Amino acid sequence: MDITDFYDTFFEEAEELLADMERYLLELDVDEPDTEQLNAIFRAAHSIKGGAGTFGFDVLQRTTHLFENLLDHTRKGELKLRRDIVDLFLETKDMLSDQLDAYRNSAEPDQEAFERICETLQRLALEEIGQDLEGGAPAAPAPKPEPQPEPAPAATAEQGSEAGANHCIVTLLNVGEKDRQLLVEELGQLGEVISHGGDEACYEVTLASSVGSEDIEAVMCFIVDADQVKIRAAAPQAEEQAPASEGRAAPKPAEAEASPPPPAAAPRPAAAKPADDARPAKAKNKPKGGGESTSIRVSVDKVDQIINLVGELIITQSMLDQTVSEMDGVADSALLNGMSLLQRNARDLQESVMSIRMIPMDFVFSRFPRVVRETAGKLGKEIELVTEGESTELDKSLTERIIDPLTHLVRNSLDHGIEPPDVREAAGKPRTGKLVLSAKHQGGNIIIEVIDDGAGLNRDRLLAKARENGLPVSDTMSDDEVWQLIFAPGFSTAKEVTDVSGRGVGMDVVKRNIQGMGGHVLIMSRPGEGTTIRIVLPLTLAILDGMSIKVGNEMFILPLSAVLESLQPAKEDLYAMAGDDVVLKVRDEYLPVVAVHEALDVPNAKTRLTETIAVIVQGEGRRYALLVDDLVGQQQVVVKNLETNYRKVPGVSAATILGDGSVALILDITGLHRLSRAKKEKRRPERESQSLEALTDKALEI
Amino acid sequence: MNQTNEAALAAAEAHNREFLVFSLGDEEYAVDILKVQEIRGYENVTRIANAPDFIKGVTNLRGVIVPIVDLRIKFHLDKVEYGGQTVVIVVNVEDRVVGIVVDGVSDVMTLAPDQIKPAPEFGVTLSSDFLSGLGSLEDRMLVIVDIDKLLTSDEMELVERVAE
Repeated sequence: MDITDFYDTFFEEAEELLADMERYLLELDVDEPDTEQLNAIFRAAHSIKGGAGTFGFDVLQRTTHLFENLLDHTRKGELKLRRDIVDLFLETKDMLSDQLDAYRNSAEPDQEAFERICETLQRLALEEIGQDLEGGAPAAPAPKPEPQPEPAPAATAEQGSEAGANHCIVTLLNVGEKDRQLLVEELGQLGEVISHGGDEACYEVTLASSVGSEDIEAVMCFIVDADQVKIRAAAPQAEEQAPASEGRAAPKPAEAEASPPPPAAAPRPAAAKPADDARPAKAKNKPKGGGESTSIRVSVDKVDQIINLVGELIITQSMLDQTVSEMDGVADSALLNGMSLLQRNARDLQESVMSIRMIPMDFVFSRFPRVVRETAGKLGKEIELVTEGESTELDKSLTERIIDPLTHLVRNSLDHGIEPPDVREAAGKPRTGKLVLSAKHQGGNIIIEVIDDGAGLNRDRLLAKARENGLPVSDTMSDDEVWQLIFAPGFSTAKEVTDVSGRGVGMDVVKRNIQGMGGHVLIMSRPGEGTTIRIVLPLTLAILDGMSIKVGNEMFILPLSAVLESLQPAKEDLYAMAGDDVVLKVRDEYLPVVAVHEALDVPNAKTRLTETIAVIVQGEGRRYALLVDDLVGQQQVVVKNLETNYRKVPGVSAATILGDGSVALILDITGLHRLSRAKKEKRRPERESQSLEALTDKALEI
Repeated sequence: MNQTNEAALAAAEAHNREFLVFSLGDEEYAVDILKVQEIRGYENVTRIANAPDFIKGVTNLRGVIVPIVDLRIKFHLDKVEYGGQTVVIVVNVEDRVVGIVVDGVSDVMTLAPDQIKPAPEFGVTLSSDFLSGLGSLEDRMLVIVDIDKLLTSDEMELVERVAE
């Protein structure tokens, strides 16, 4: 086994730790920092340092080392937090991310940047607490001088005076031969291995090292589980070091100061505070170790493969179902029972497999505090961000793709929506603007909203701008239509271009992206009260509730979410318009009629409008009446991409496999409408010669 | 001497390529066997609206949606019939899976490099760009199709070109 095998684990863990760190940093209340949060940030830095040391990522280790020390002073209250300090911490975190990326790509991190950040951190330490981070002036209480951050071991001698002479016994429980060897080697790098021996169930290593037990554990956790390792001091005070066996030593405060440096059991200087303070923090940290046994990392490819296979299974199952349904219910009752059991199990299996792909929206929302903080800072606005429904789950592929559009919308809201504090005050609103990000399920959709309490969209300005851009607009347009204008390419009403937004690129991209995911965007806005941008997305792209319809001899699937109702069109509700266009009147609404057989050239379809069935569907906020021959039924279908081996087909969004193994196309409603219009467009010249009357009759074909 | 002969033979053999021979009407064509994934019957093809006539539609190949192209229509053959003998050769080109309809599959041939003659400049229907050569085998002539180039060409309309 090679240590490089663990690199990936380290990178992933470190990445998560950095994400945690950022979250806590952003949540920090500068005036009254929560000890819990400070501890959590400190722990994150500490764990990364431990790992970096083990793997010899020198630069990363040294940066985290400095950072950790500063954080340590912060949580002890010696360093008073200020906004700019938090900013510096965030910057450091970014730097750590960069360094991590560099190591991941087997490159050396940017040396200059490293030196700069170290210098900044050092300066801060000197200015604020008059202490050199590396040297360690023994002035501070519970001094924590660090050895010069040498490249080699993950050195974190916490007890300066007697660093290097602590003996401790590391007990490995149920560790295999190979791992054991590796661990002993690892330990050898941390200090001197005095003796080792034992069997697989219980193997003891006596180590003389200046390294704290926590660091030893951090190093070993990359190879074995935390509960497989017990570390205790070999020194006489061993009994008192009982907590050390928990992995995190927190000797009683009195002792920390009085007794000679407790060996190995790296007492956090936090111990100067009541031990209670450190304990809950520990409890919180625990799940990290324990969490590993309850979750596994699996590559998305594998999951997708399972999902595909389950889809196949469902198809096979429904194929069998069809055959079995023709059998005699009495004679083959055992088979039939088995089939219904299989059906149930297959459905359950499918549901559980699909849920693997679902991840909470928190994944998306968690990055916005940073975005909002920075953007607001740049714009000089005061913004409070509220997130709702973080636990709402969404397909992973969708969560990843929603981030960019959402970031754009948030930036827009901050820039154009929410007014500067003075303007807000003048308008009788609180100085601090409020931005709400919310997510919730509704039917088969997830609804994500970006709500601001800003000035709202300005109808007149939008219209004026649209005219300027040569867009066809009129004063009689409905508000909804006017709001949709902001999605036109190159459209911006910002008076001046800022580096946040206002270039007018983007909103059209946002809309396109969201439509690409099978969703749509709605805007609600009231002058003076704010704007709500609502994104409606399907929960998953892999499975769809479909309605099967028949046209001629061909079967198609309509997304059930788009179907509103279906009815048999009556003669008196059909009106011909401008030649061969037909509209259907449904409850005082005139809907454009799209004949599926025309758009898709289906032979042998019913052509008399009154014989067909009109399915009222909704696509991109507009309604259409689709004419089909028959409604067949409702079923869940597994969406198969047509583009994998073929290309995009107009009027068709994807394909699926039916119970009999044949392929059915899933219709794209707006695409279908466009297609039928294009076809009529083409035919128009031939028809121009005919009289209007004849046309009307022909169009209606009654 | 003997040894050099053997070596030369081995080298020549290494350059030999195997081809799957199929027929379109009376003509014999060949494709590199390494491109062929499988051979199956023609059945259950779902028509795709507004596609060129030689694209018969899509079919389900064990859960994968595969487009089916009828080369007989593409090559303007007079007789296009679908019967028990009609065969679909499933080929892999550029990470895609495509089925091609042919009249029949006859055999697998091994051709040495010297048996493959360059394709003459001919044909309006089948540009010589899509041929890797003509294989001569006793009294037979095989048209060796460069299936990659053919199926990914613009005129097959199978692959979407990145617009703009």
